[in-house]
Amino acid sequence: MVKRVVVGAHYGLRDWLAQRVTAVVMVVYTLIFLGVVVTRSPLGFAQWKALLTHGAMRVLTLLFFLSLFYHAWVGMRDILMDYIRPAGVRLLLEVLIILALAGYAIWTISILWSA
Amino acid sequence: MALANPTKKRPKYLDLTQIHLPLPGIVSILHRISGLALFLIGIPFLLWVLNCSVASQEGFESWRETFNRPPVKIILIGFIWAYLHHFFAGLRFLALDVHKGISLPAARASSKLVLIVSVASTLLLGGWLW
Repeated sequence: MVKRVVVGAHYGLRDWLAQRVTAVVMVVYTLIFLGVVVTRSPLGFAQWKALLTHGAMRVLTLLFFLSLFYHAWVGMRDILMDYIRPAGVRLLLEVLIILALAGYAIWTISILWSA
Repeated sequence: MALANPTKKRPKYLDLTQIHLPLPGIVSILHRISGLALFLIGIPFLLWVLNCSVASQEGFESWRETFNRPPVKIILIGFIWAYLHHFFAGLRFLALDVHKGISLPAARASSKLVLIVSVASTLLLGGWLW
């Protein structure tokens, strides 16, 4: 007997979990960011740049943005699945969203590492 | 049986003015609308500002001046609300995931709390920025 699962693409649980893990990452980063900005206000250029692009904060900032982009992908795909019936149109929009988010990720790395 | 009477006419309210969402439904649809706005406008705008503001002193100062203009501040506060509503409604969903507050009265109360806290924190942050 071959044991086969005949239904589902199996990305459901993974995306459900990813949506929540990325959310928690963003919550933590948001609190750190707000805490620093509010306590050290008003920030000058050098401090602002340091907050986002120096040492560990650069890695945390990148982690925040990558979480944001994955989170946006799952959320946008959910919206498309709910409202866009024609499969061709939905596929096209999904591809555009993936390309936009991939571009944003590359842009973010270039911003953080060239600053 | 759920499908005992499939011919039974069920009401369909496709007219948006006829739909009266309960409080948790309002929080949920605002979560979706704010998420869409943050994706379509928020992310590209955020990256654009981030790019200019860390690249050079001039870029930083020119955005600081732009954000000092009242119409820009009002739009910015709108996006702060979208972020904070999405933030607090998301925390509520995380609590529901682990079966916290799933009874009807608790779900209604937490919906009201999300709406109030997101507006209150927006006003607080907006007032501080102003």
